[in-house]
Amino acid sequence: MMTLKVNGRDHQIDADPDTPLLYVLRDEIKLNAAKFGCGLGQCGSCTVIVDGKAVLSCVTPLLLLEGKQITTLEGLGTIEAPAPIQRAFMEEQAAQCGYCIAGMMMRAQALLQRNPKPTDAQIRAEMEPNLCRCGTHMRILRAVHRASRLMDTADASPAGHGSAQ
Amino acid sequence: MTARSRMIASVVAVVLIAGAAAAFAIAWRPVIAAIDPPAPASFDPALVKHGRELAALGNCNDCHTVRGGASFGGGLPVPTPFGIIYSSNITPDPETGIGRWPETAFRRAMRSGVNRDGQHLYPTFPYDHFTNVSDEDDAALYAFLMTRPAVHAPARENQLPFPLDQRVTIAGWKLLFLRRGSYQPDGTRSAEWNRGAYLVEGLAHCGACHTPRNGLGAERSNAAFAGGDVDNWQAYAINTQSRAPIPWTADALFSYLRQGWQADHGTARGPMAEVVSNLSSVNESDVRAIATYMAGVFGAPSPDRIQRGEAALAQAKSPTLEAPAVVAANATGAAIYAATCATCHETGRALPYGGVHLGLSTALSSPDARNAANIVLSGVRAVAGERSPIMPGFADSMNDGQVTALLQFLRARFSNQPPWTGVENSVAEARHTQTVFLQTSPGPHNAPADATQRDKPLKALP
Repeated sequence: MMTLKVNGRDHQIDADPDTPLLYVLRDEIKLNAAKFGCGLGQCGSCTVIVDGKAVLSCVTPLLLLEGKQITTLEGLGTIEAPAPIQRAFMEEQAAQCGYCIAGMMMRAQALLQRNPKPTDAQIRAEMEPNLCRCGTHMRILRAVHRASRLMDTADASPAGHGSAQ
Repeated sequence: MTARSRMIASVVAVVLIAGAAAAFAIAWRPVIAAIDPPAPASFDPALVKHGRELAALGNCNDCHTVRGGASFGGGLPVPTPFGIIYSSNITPDPETGIGRWPETAFRRAMRSGVNRDGQHLYPTFPYDHFTNVSDEDDAALYAFLMTRPAVHAPARENQLPFPLDQRVTIAGWKLLFLRRGSYQPDGTRSAEWNRGAYLVEGLAHCGACHTPRNGLGAERSNAAFAGGDVDNWQAYAINTQSRAPIPWTADALFSYLRQGWQADHGTARGPMAEVVSNLSSVNESDVRAIATYMAGVFGAPSPDRIQRGEAALAQAKSPTLEAPAVVAANATGAAIYAATCATCHETGRALPYGGVHLGLSTALSSPDARNAANIVLSGVRAVAGERSPIMPGFADSMNDGQVTALLQFLRARFSNQPPWTGVENSVAEARHTQTVFLQTSPGPHNAPADATQRDKPLKALP
């Protein structure tokens, strides 16, 4: 039994310590934003934020997460009150099939928390590990810039604690 | 003043003047007159093309390009034990590059490390090797560089303490360590071996990383290819002291250098990734020649090494997770390995898309933990525009204690060497320097392009 801190709440988890975080998020806590893509840490669709950093949850076992703060997309905003990063992706229509988008948003969120005004080159470099097969890269790029602008306004701050780190 | 003291004074004066004259003669090099930048069309296209291959063999773009900067525009910080030296702009820009250099000035720089103004260049520019490059090859390199897009990029100020910031000191270094014609063809060897020797000892300057350096920063000629340091990576010993679990052969070297990975050894990474990226684009026979020559430098393995290699290979082909004593001794490291690494490294998926079995890893058999720490933290980056090996880095999901436990386990489990010392320091150092390195290095641009080789692992998949 271990305590997993997800989106500001403590969850008691009864799973082997070698279980990937992704499985626990989806199967135990029923947070389904993070996706299973490759299972090998090569596509980025499972990206979540751990202690402020973008982490691939499919290759991160529970035993590495003792005492760490995990944030998933559900921790940033809701359908009624989307976080700036979510609003920006919607307004730019950055999703086509959408499978990669939760991971994209989490990596972009981690970047913006660290660097609120990234350049185009910085965004491209940061987003490199996350793959999109539909080809909406240019929209994703615009969405990250838009999110950066949205985060300037106080009323657009995210609902969860994800950006408060 | 007595006659005696006058005599002493004049002897001292004569010695000083003679010394100064000798120093001047050693250090002074004339300015070579500037020319109007030659028109690109004035160069023979075949010569330019040949120069392109030579520049790739020489890995020129690696040091002379900074991440995010224009090709050959220079500005890459090269850390040395003496301070930081920035690479120069070798594009044909008339003001900040070599646009006003005649070919004689370029050849002099390659041959003896002197710029057009007659200033000595720091030996981070490996003219101790380039001195062996032929006039014809220098002409081709010159033609290639003078036809690149000109980039206006002023030189950055080196960060060196006095007196090393005085370029005249380099003349003394050259007196001690620059040997012209250190490569001589060997008539008793094959043409291929000689071609390899010419490239390895000259333009490809393999020893610049793989040979250890003395206190004055010169390669130790009595320890050629015994392993060196570059950018907080260990450049492995590539002579008889190689720690590779499977002895290298000419064929294995050829595959590795040509395609960037080899099934019995793994994937090129760190600074070597850029080297193999360049070698994928040159004449195949030159890579074959390098492999042939280097196989001789590695030497024929002893029967004992061959036997150990075969045992390692057999274990890699039918891996077992069972090693109860090792697991019990480091339960944390063993658990991290099983949960995080084994899914790629112990499933038998073919390279380069699967991870190499770590029993074949030279990094884990090496004298220190640097390379293994670098790779766990930073992974293997994808190469833009190519299918290529990739490994996620774990810098953001493991703390230093966890990486340390993992590395200690890997060492105990997959090598027959004694435990590393100072692993925690290696990890902290790797975390610091790899961050810097990734921000400045240009990164591999052009992965192995041999389509027939690259398709093999895909076909092997179920």
